Amino acid sequence: MKLTGAKIINECLVREGVEVVFGYPGGAIMHFYDAMLDYPIHHVLTRHEQGAIFAADSYARVSGKVGVAIATSGPGATNLVTGISTAMMDSVPVVCITGQVAAHLIGGDAFQETDMTGITLPITKHNYMVTNASELAHVIREAFFIARSGRPGPVLIDICKNAQFEEVEFIYPEEISLPGYKPPEHAPIEDLEKAVKLIAESVRPVILAGHGVQMSGSMDELKSFAQKTQTPVAMTLLGLGSLPASNPYNLGMMGMHGEAYCNQAIQNADLLLAFGMRFDDRVTAHLRTYAPRARKIHIDIDPTEINKNVKVDVPLVGNLKTVLNDMIPLVKPSEHEEWLDQITQWKEETKARDILSWPDEEKLHSAHVIRDFWEKTAGDAIVTTGVGQHQMWAAQYYQLEKPYRLVTSGGAGTMGFGLPAAIGAWFACPERDIWVVEGDGSFQMSLNEMATVVQEGANIKILLINNSFLGMVRQWQEFFFDKRYAATPISGPDFIKIGEAYGIPSKRVTKRKDVMDAISFAQETPGPVLIEYQVEKEDSVFPMVPSGAALDEMMRRPITRKKAGKK
Amino acid sequence: MQHTLIAKVENKPGVLNRVASLFRRRNFNIESLNVGRTENPDLSHMTIVMENHDQDASRVEANLYKLVNVLDVQDVTNQPAVTRDLALIKVAVEPDRRTEIANLANIFRAQIVDVAPDSVIVEITGTEEKIEGLVELLRPIGIIELVRTGRVAMLRGNSLGIRYTPGTNGDTPNSINIKNKKE
Repeated sequence: MKLTGAKIINECLVREGVEVVFGYPGGAIMHFYDAMLDYPIHHVLTRHEQGAIFAADSYARVSGKVGVAIATSGPGATNLVTGISTAMMDSVPVVCITGQVAAHLIGGDAFQETDMTGITLPITKHNYMVTNASELAHVIREAFFIARSGRPGPVLIDICKNAQFEEVEFIYPEEISLPGYKPPEHAPIEDLEKAVKLIAESVRPVILAGHGVQMSGSMDELKSFAQKTQTPVAMTLLGLGSLPASNPYNLGMMGMHGEAYCNQAIQNADLLLAFGMRFDDRVTAHLRTYAPRARKIHIDIDPTEINKNVKVDVPLVGNLKTVLNDMIPLVKPSEHEEWLDQITQWKEETKARDILSWPDEEKLHSAHVIRDFWEKTAGDAIVTTGVGQHQMWAAQYYQLEKPYRLVTSGGAGTMGFGLPAAIGAWFACPERDIWVVEGDGSFQMSLNEMATVVQEGANIKILLINNSFLGMVRQWQEFFFDKRYAATPISGPDFIKIGEAYGIPSKRVTKRKDVMDAISFAQETPGPVLIEYQVEKEDSVFPMVPSGAALDEMMRRPITRKKAGKK
Repeated sequence: MQHTLIAKVENKPGVLNRVASLFRRRNFNIESLNVGRTENPDLSHMTIVMENHDQDASRVEANLYKLVNVLDVQDVTNQPAVTRDLALIKVAVEPDRRTEIANLANIFRAQIVDVAPDSVIVEITGTEEKIEGLVELLRPIGIIELVRTGRVAMLRGNSLGIRYTPGTNGDTPNSINIKNKKE
């Protein structure tokens, strides 16, 4: 059967199970868009290509499927770059399809020509340029396989205009050959035995659960490993939700803004079991002082992560789920009562410093807002965030019982991620409650996507934390730059008017007593709602590990109500 | 220390760029890089010589493995391997001193491959030390131009060699096939 390239792309997408794509049309991708009308693929028109790729990214994180983003050549394609890098840093399976000028014009600086495979080379798992229609089926098949297998990641396919309208024989490749691509599955038994020996010798073990736990669907394995060996579990930002917050072995979030007792546990551990995480600088703090007494076992599917930041004693390279299933029967049950008691003591101290233990003084702190929001939604909403203080507060106070609930840009720290991500999450799980927690700075980078929300009728609730500052940078300026607030005071529009102008019912809250009511209002109002919380302007995220310090040298929130200062 | 890596890569456009870009991105320093065809028209052979602070080059090896177009990588620095370099050396020489050059070339099993009225081109193949030796002798006579291919390397015998990347040792399947999951 002869088909145009544009139809072949659609045929292949349907066969990959694609139901929804996010994108923005343009000259070099028009043939593909035209053909899409005849296929059961829903296209979501975002208001900026960056919104499209954030939505596709979030769709992939929530659904476990591959997200698809589409853009035209030149500026359309380059607008994807930040989102591709975000997906790369967080290992999210995304396929980007970009239009390109006709093959005979390549290299001639034609209108809207940009070297997309060149630009995205270091920020994609792999990329392709397709110059004729006969290559399309193979390339798309390979791209989806590469994106979702092994350590997932973004794959870009740059498709020349002529490859979209040429007609060629369409044969769907049931089998393809990728001789240089072989993601590891099992770890060698000798290495497993070494690991089992270290586990048996340990008296103060800690598990470090990363994004890999949810990516590989190893939540049950994690839980049974933790229970069998009585090992507490610390989580990275993207690991949150791997173990229910109410589980007795849960230590919460580790790292720069992690729980103090969690960081203390890591620093005092004699064995670290890293499950699908990569010892990012945000979780290790100063490397030379990191977990000095601990031996390390590192399970990761990506061999380049082994010994990259932290030298490990036993590397187990393979699929986390497979490796854990291989390892759990080999480990003997053990008890670590003394160690767990010690951690409980550290926990008690943390409680005293928690902002939630403070008396109510009519001041609205972000922590209060997130805490009340958590209670009202029973901790079961899908929460997407931007990047900054609000993101850390959401991670600290929105305690997750289930996986795939927190969608946030971890490795790249991409502002403006929250609202487009909520759109992607809504298409992945329209029956769930979808909430965006955004800051006033981050929100202003992508609030144009409110139009997309309304056009698609997406039921998304926006919780805006407004402190009139780029708060995270302001916090650093307060602590390390003598309060010289360079470029951090930020004004905004009247967010209520903006929301209403887009057709979104909007409410402003300035008092703590009104926090709950506003959330009820959002829950009871059908469709999207925006609530702006005007919170304390100069509040800081605690605890905080300053750069260059060891992981347990944290700046803590003072127990008394004096202004925050040195620890 | 200096490491020599050999890699089998797919013979496709852009693969050299991917390898070079990886070295730049990860801040690895290339001393020389040689790409050439192999017995298999679908594959190219790369020899990469690099400076590395670490004792082994396993991080470089692992990163190369991660490239979809790279089939196999090994660090042959401490393995039995044959390594060769080729140099063309143009020497300024008047006709009366040509015999002197020819004699020197002879000692090094090099050849004179071009003769012009006032210069000759000497071709030499061998280890880098051997080439350095000839270059030192020719320098006082007057080297006008010198080009070298950079190192090429091949493992001795039939051994599969050693790979330092966890999970890849001895594992060199020629192709994998994937199938669509029936849903």
